[in-house]
Amino acid sequence: MKATVLVRPKDGILDPQGKAVEDSLRHLGFTVDGARVGRLVDLEVEASDPEQARAEVERMCAELLANPLIESYEIELEEGS
Amino acid sequence: MTEPRPRVAVVVFPGSNDDRDAALALESLGAEPVLHWHADSDVPDVGAIVLPGGFSYGDYLRAGAIARFSPAMRAVAEFAAGGGHVLGICNGFQVLCEAGLLPGVLRPNESLSFVCEDVPLRVERSGLPFLTRCEDGQRLTIPIKHGEGCYFADDELLAQLEDAGQIVLRYEDNPNGSIASIAGVANAEGNVMGLMPHPEHAVDPLIGSGSTDGALILGAVVDRARERLFAAA
Repeated sequence: MKATVLVRPKDGILDPQGKAVEDSLRHLGFTVDGARVGRLVDLEVEASDPEQARAEVERMCAELLANPLIESYEIELEEGS
Repeated sequence: MTEPRPRVAVVVFPGSNDDRDAALALESLGAEPVLHWHADSDVPDVGAIVLPGGFSYGDYLRAGAIARFSPAMRAVAEFAAGGGHVLGICNGFQVLCEAGLLPGVLRPNESLSFVCEDVPLRVERSGLPFLTRCEDGQRLTIPIKHGEGCYFADDELLAQLEDAGQIVLRYEDNPNGSIASIAGVANAEGNVMGLMPHPEHAVDPLIGSGSTDGALILGAVVDRARERLFAAA
């Protein structure tokens, strides 16, 4: 089963990378009000059903993929894959 | 008869690059350094452990995030749980934070630039095991060289660290955006400490700016190792 994890800098956490991207976009003439840079992890998970897959990916996030002090995450499962 | 040298392990991860500098500095301060490959879970009988600087696992995902799963890290955690002294320098500090042996996390510098310079630091807790050769308020000059040295703790954790006196070193001129200018922290017990500056690069007066302030910290590592190994003798 395919799963995608989106890791984002938590709200309120200064994101210097996002700030640099925002500044560059403005420099190019785009009108932007805020940019945040996170991370995307595509996974192929061995699981018999979506619940099991989600639980497994939750554990991956907690143990490695995100640091809860500074990052939040979202899990998307591609059903039927 | 010459005084026996206490053994101090320096853990070598793939991508560590200050392991030999740390070993040389410890040797010059009277220790017998043992370079310990990270894949080996059996840490030899040593009096203290140093996690050196570098870029373990290429800093993939987050600095220190992968190295914490090395077999040697389990032994390091056990050693620390038993009261053993563990010092993390730069990447070693990042690894200790990711492993949960120290509070907080190190993020990319606020400037997004790599910083490499001598920085003045202030000693906040001279009573702790790694700072016994220092005095409170003492000013140390030790180089930093890192891209991800911006220490972060949320408001609650920061208040907790301030109250418990776990903030052990602060920058005089914050070079990386660290919260509360934090350059080093310790665990609640004081036997695990991490710092971004590199004491091993400030031991020999012929190297760098000539500061030997790093010897105050690494010398304390040797003192602790000597106490642990030779206390019974």
